[in-house]
Amino acid sequence: MLEAIDVSKTFPGVRALDSVSLSVRPGEVHALVGENGAGKSTLIKVLTGVYRPDAGELRLAGERVRFATPQEAQRAGISTIYQEVNLVPLMSVARNLFLGREPRRRGLIDTVTMNRVAAETLRGYGITGDVRRPLGQLALGAQQMVALARAVMVDARVVIMDEPTSSLEPREVETLFGVIDDLRGKGIGIVYVSHRLDELYRICDHVTVLRDGRRVHSGPMQELPRLKLVALMIGRDVETVRSEGVTGFSEESQVADSTPVLKATGLRSRHKLHGVDVAVRPGEVVGLGGLLGAGRTETVRAIAGALPLDEGTVEVAGRPVRGSTGAAVKAGIAALPEDRKAEGIVPGLSVRENIALAVLPRMSRAGIVSEKRIDEIVTRFMERLRIKAAGPDQPVGELSGGNQQKVLLARLLATSPKVLLLDEPTRGIDVGAKAEVQSLVDELAGQGLGVVLVSSDAEELVEGADRVVVLRDGTVVAELTGDAVTADGLLGAIAAAAEKEVEK
Amino acid sequence: MKLSVEGVQKHGALAVLALVTLVGLLAFPGFRTVDNAGTLLVNAAPLGLIALGMTFVILTGGIDLSVGSVFVLGGVVAAWASQYGFVAALVVPLLVGAAVGLVNGVLVARTNMAPFIVTLATLLGARGLMRAVSTEGSTTYLVESQPFKTLGNGDLLGVKWPVWIAAVLFVAGSVVLNRTGFGQAVYAVGGNTDAARLMGVPVAATQIRVYALSGLLAGFAGALNAARLGSGVTVLGIGTELDAIAAVVIGGTLLTGGAGALSGTIAGVLLLGVIQNLINQVGDVPTAYQQVVSGAFLAVVVVAQTSLTRLRSVAPV
Repeated sequence: MLEAIDVSKTFPGVRALDSVSLSVRPGEVHALVGENGAGKSTLIKVLTGVYRPDAGELRLAGERVRFATPQEAQRAGISTIYQEVNLVPLMSVARNLFLGREPRRRGLIDTVTMNRVAAETLRGYGITGDVRRPLGQLALGAQQMVALARAVMVDARVVIMDEPTSSLEPREVETLFGVIDDLRGKGIGIVYVSHRLDELYRICDHVTVLRDGRRVHSGPMQELPRLKLVALMIGRDVETVRSEGVTGFSEESQVADSTPVLKATGLRSRHKLHGVDVAVRPGEVVGLGGLLGAGRTETVRAIAGALPLDEGTVEVAGRPVRGSTGAAVKAGIAALPEDRKAEGIVPGLSVRENIALAVLPRMSRAGIVSEKRIDEIVTRFMERLRIKAAGPDQPVGELSGGNQQKVLLARLLATSPKVLLLDEPTRGIDVGAKAEVQSLVDELAGQGLGVVLVSSDAEELVEGADRVVVLRDGTVVAELTGDAVTADGLLGAIAAAAEKEVEK
Repeated sequence: MKLSVEGVQKHGALAVLALVTLVGLLAFPGFRTVDNAGTLLVNAAPLGLIALGMTFVILTGGIDLSVGSVFVLGGVVAAWASQYGFVAALVVPLLVGAAVGLVNGVLVARTNMAPFIVTLATLLGARGLMRAVSTEGSTTYLVESQPFKTLGNGDLLGVKWPVWIAAVLFVAGSVVLNRTGFGQAVYAVGGNTDAARLMGVPVAATQIRVYALSGLLAGFAGALNAARLGSGVTVLGIGTELDAIAAVVIGGTLLTGGAGALSGTIAGVLLLGVIQNLINQVGDVPTAYQQVVSGAFLAVVVVAQTSLTRLRSVAPV
């Protein structure tokens, strides 16, 4: 159906795609996997007409095609849904759904028909309610569903899905898979990009693996063992992967029974937290577990001074921290925000400048910054975190998600904090970078840092944390220590809390 | 509670306009005459046309600073062209305005320059052109065409032509925004340019068209004004772009683009007109102080609007 043959694309300093071929048959769900920076996004942009390839060609239904713009690709029947919802939040749900192909009557947009059809269509995706509301008022998952509905509504021949499930609830993921099955039945080809291996094995027929801009494997999904897939992606032996495990956390760090480096007591904030206690000793990784909305992110934000507290105290190394982000930073609390785009990196600045941003005051003498010392620090962290960039002067906005996250982490570490707050540090980054970030967290704790780790990934949480504090509705419902820190134990604690809730 | 707050915010300019008008009606006998209402409307018509075009531009997330210069240039070339008859007097300023707007649009869409800078450049350029046409302002062209004068001063059912024209164009503009693909593209480009591009909206073409439209309307406003005054006055139009922007923003259109409506812009234009009219009613306020009062009033209105918006954003969802 859709073929890319020996496609190459070079950006200044980076060979993003090197003779990559991809062939999607009608009715096939084709997985496209690879680490961040492997070239998946570039390949997708070539397929959808955002970029033009430097070499190679595209064929649609056997005929050679060239797309100068995304419109041309869409008109040819290639629809795309992106990882980040690419719709217009201020426009109504219905207008977003129909933008560019609204139903007409006497040349004008027929709003009545448009709203009616939109409501009918979206009901099939589990979205009810007024379609005249601004799209931005919907939850992120629902917005993604609208994007999906939009992509499918056109007479698509190929649908490209770039991490469609990253913002979906489990129920919505099921709806998505239902839609994918429908599309498959209609003979539509699907390119499916995801980091979630379970999903890939569940719905994909074929897989193409990219690494460093090259195709390293292509074949039926079920014939590729999971371990081998991971090994292909990160470019290591199967044996190494087996011995090191999929997450980069090593076993059990020894925590001395010392005084806590971070002690938060009785954190209360209206509607969000109802008395949360967390204590972290030096060298300890404390996980915050619980379901979405249980108060994990709020707890971290409260400790970082970003959430106004009604009651409660935060102490670092025995000293109280006044509730502001400035005071928290001064006391040695470094927080990795959940949303790195909105709250973290400065995309237009270089890797070097982004890393140095937080330490500038400390590296200057009489207001003059020592360039040499900055270079030292930047080089050290770029090597240590294995940041993949053309050089320290490449703008961070050009890096892949995982590398952006590493830059952000480097900036935090450069301030030599006492406490590190990590909210979903591996969200949206690939297996390889994930393992690196995880082993780094381990290493940092080993050096005496106190770490608070929030993760929706149960495996990551139990392997990474020495202790897990389980939250529900803004209160601590359980604490797992020692041998109890297992995925089953965590799920058990969450489930038990839910049952108690029901009994009440 | 939430509904009413939202309603007030959306129609905030209208509410303030009603309030101010009511005060005017009660306090000033001179304000509540039919004549005065007619004068107010006909004075507001040119700014209305400019603000109409500005609404399109701001909805795409842009800004057009050149409209004041284009307005005065349009008036001068209309008066000059009126010696060749009615059609020339009408068409030449439209072409000139559209040409300047086209330059703006092409530069904004194709060179990735900031609209602020691009239209600042054409502001200066258009003003220079105007001075060239009027030989440094020393030549004042009188309107020769009688039908053209009628366009500015005649009336239908007691309402002056410029007011009718503005009203019809606002209705047409509203239909374009809400019921055509171009209108949807305007909102989409302003709401999220990247998304619009990925969704297949012709971003560059939309930008070019809104700036061309804005220039065209500013030229037309200049022509109507010249028709009414009977000559191409060269000292007008300084700061007019700011009045237009103020009217649009008071009308509830987001300065960042993507949301707003022409109904708000009408209310904004009329509000500015009523404020000016009321200050005139007070009588012997020196012009300098009139501006101070006008500015202060504007600040109050904007603060009121902003706090209403904030109210809405904290209202329970």
